[in-house]
Amino acid sequence: MEGTTLVVIEHDRGALAEASLEALAAARALGTRVEALTIGADADGLTDTLAAHGASTHHRAHHEMLTDYAPEAWGEVVAAAVRSMSPAVLMACGTDRGNEVLAQAAARLDLPFAANCTDLSPGDTLNMTRLRWGGSLLEEATLSAPMWIVSVAHHLHEPSEAPTECSISDLPVDLDPSLARSRVTARVEREAGVTLSSAPVVVGGGRGVGSPEGFAPLAELAAELGGVVGCSRAVTNNGWRSHTDQVGQTGTRIAPDVYIACGISGAIQHWVGAMASKNIIAINTDPQANMVTKAGHAVIGDLHKVIPAITEEIRRRRAS
Amino acid sequence: MRILVCVKRVPAPGSKINITADGQRVDDANLGHTTSPHEECAVEAASQLIEEHGGEAVVLTLGGVEAEEQLRYAVSVGMHSGVLLATDGGEWDPQRTAAAIASAITNLEASGGPFDLVLFGNESADSSGFQVGIRVAHTLGRPMVNGAKGLRVDGGTAHVEREADAGREAYELPLPAVVGVKEGINLPRYPTMKGRLASKKAGVVTVEPAGEAGGLAMVTLKPPPERTNETVILGNGPEAAAAVVDVLEEIGVL
Repeated sequence: MEGTTLVVIEHDRGALAEASLEALAAARALGTRVEALTIGADADGLTDTLAAHGASTHHRAHHEMLTDYAPEAWGEVVAAAVRSMSPAVLMACGTDRGNEVLAQAAARLDLPFAANCTDLSPGDTLNMTRLRWGGSLLEEATLSAPMWIVSVAHHLHEPSEAPTECSISDLPVDLDPSLARSRVTARVEREAGVTLSSAPVVVGGGRGVGSPEGFAPLAELAAELGGVVGCSRAVTNNGWRSHTDQVGQTGTRIAPDVYIACGISGAIQHWVGAMASKNIIAINTDPQANMVTKAGHAVIGDLHKVIPAITEEIRRRRAS
Repeated sequence: MRILVCVKRVPAPGSKINITADGQRVDDANLGHTTSPHEECAVEAASQLIEEHGGEAVVLTLGGVEAEEQLRYAVSVGMHSGVLLATDGGEWDPQRTAAAIASAITNLEASGGPFDLVLFGNESADSSGFQVGIRVAHTLGRPMVNGAKGLRVDGGTAHVEREADAGREAYELPLPAVVGVKEGINLPRYPTMKGRLASKKAGVVTVEPAGEAGGLAMVTLKPPPERTNETVILGNGPEAAAAVVDVLEEIGVL
């Protein structure tokens, strides 16, 4: 298609979010000219990376209010950029921030916005497929508007290089000081270490674990494999584990090399958070459990007996 | 203080979501219904704020007449009254939904006084548009932060915390404000007997919603591509441990 796709790039004080490279790849697939917008002076150094991923212009927005994330101010900057550049498509990756900023911009521009799209077919309207229910249901939809605002579903496009010449353009920014009302005022940096979303191994427990104490053998196995413990919503609702451990539609999406799912039935709510795992080993007493039938490998049995046996076997092999 | 919580009635699917033959909605004939999970937590957050600061909390939904069930449930766990923006139960796009809710809020405030806080869920479980609360906040000219995993009110300020890739972020929004709540901010309570009785008596006002169709239109729902999967059963009970460790070695995580 003709025209330009403007991609909003996410970063944290200059550290690029990998998700934005997915959005650049999705934008290139539309066949338009691709331009990138960064917000905040810390992102000025990203030009080379954006060029390598196919952006032919790096639009930079500078303002003292824009050092840390500020949803309303970011939305206002994006809306202003759109008004001055009139792109055909405004795009970001469908992350928390990506969807929030595009919704803020869409509200300001009084235009529709489609979140978490998978397929985009431009015509008189933009025909698309988008995710509902965290991806366990798809919706075919049309977007009728003078400009199309879409986020692309996260983890759908592989970032890929497509080097091009990239010019730099500084965007004039005029922000109403009142928009400072919704900016980040303090940050607590995460402790270094493996997180649920980045862990190579996740050992997950469901209702079948039976109690908070029941998670001890799961934690032991996870530690042995350099991984972390996850859980289902039933576990969180019972107060056995903190919500930060919850894998699922309303918890964390995981994509480990292996997910060991113990005593988890595999309801939709949980499955959509786990389905990006590269390998799944289910341990369950019920061979018909959804998690078992969807897993690549399964052990039928009581997790309280199977898990310690696995840990012991790993230690035995390491010792020999 | 006065709080308004906006919720949505959604089906409670088990292991598979079925679609009606015309592809227009989830076949919920055999399903129970619930409040969209993030919004259940928004209701709990409002209940806790009212317990701490006093005042009144109102719950609002846009949906078919059946959604009165979710309004009454919210009353049973701490809300004082409900407002139903009654539709024929069909799909409302995000712009139209937001316009109807913003207009209803303006009317509710004209008759009952301003809301210090309007709470939404981060996104609805079913249509997952990620935008209605943000559009409403913009229409009302109020600050808005989505994804709240922490919320307290101190004088005229809402202190919001949320999770980001780099850690936790704090925001200080001047009231009146709009906040989108994420599951995990709290553990919603169950109704007490007293709450259940209150929910039967509570006033629920039905209002006809106003809003023009926006530019995003659903054509049809469809299931995701079926993933064919053959599960390899490694064995029964602890005797399967060696086979599991073989697989872990093969994957390369040992």
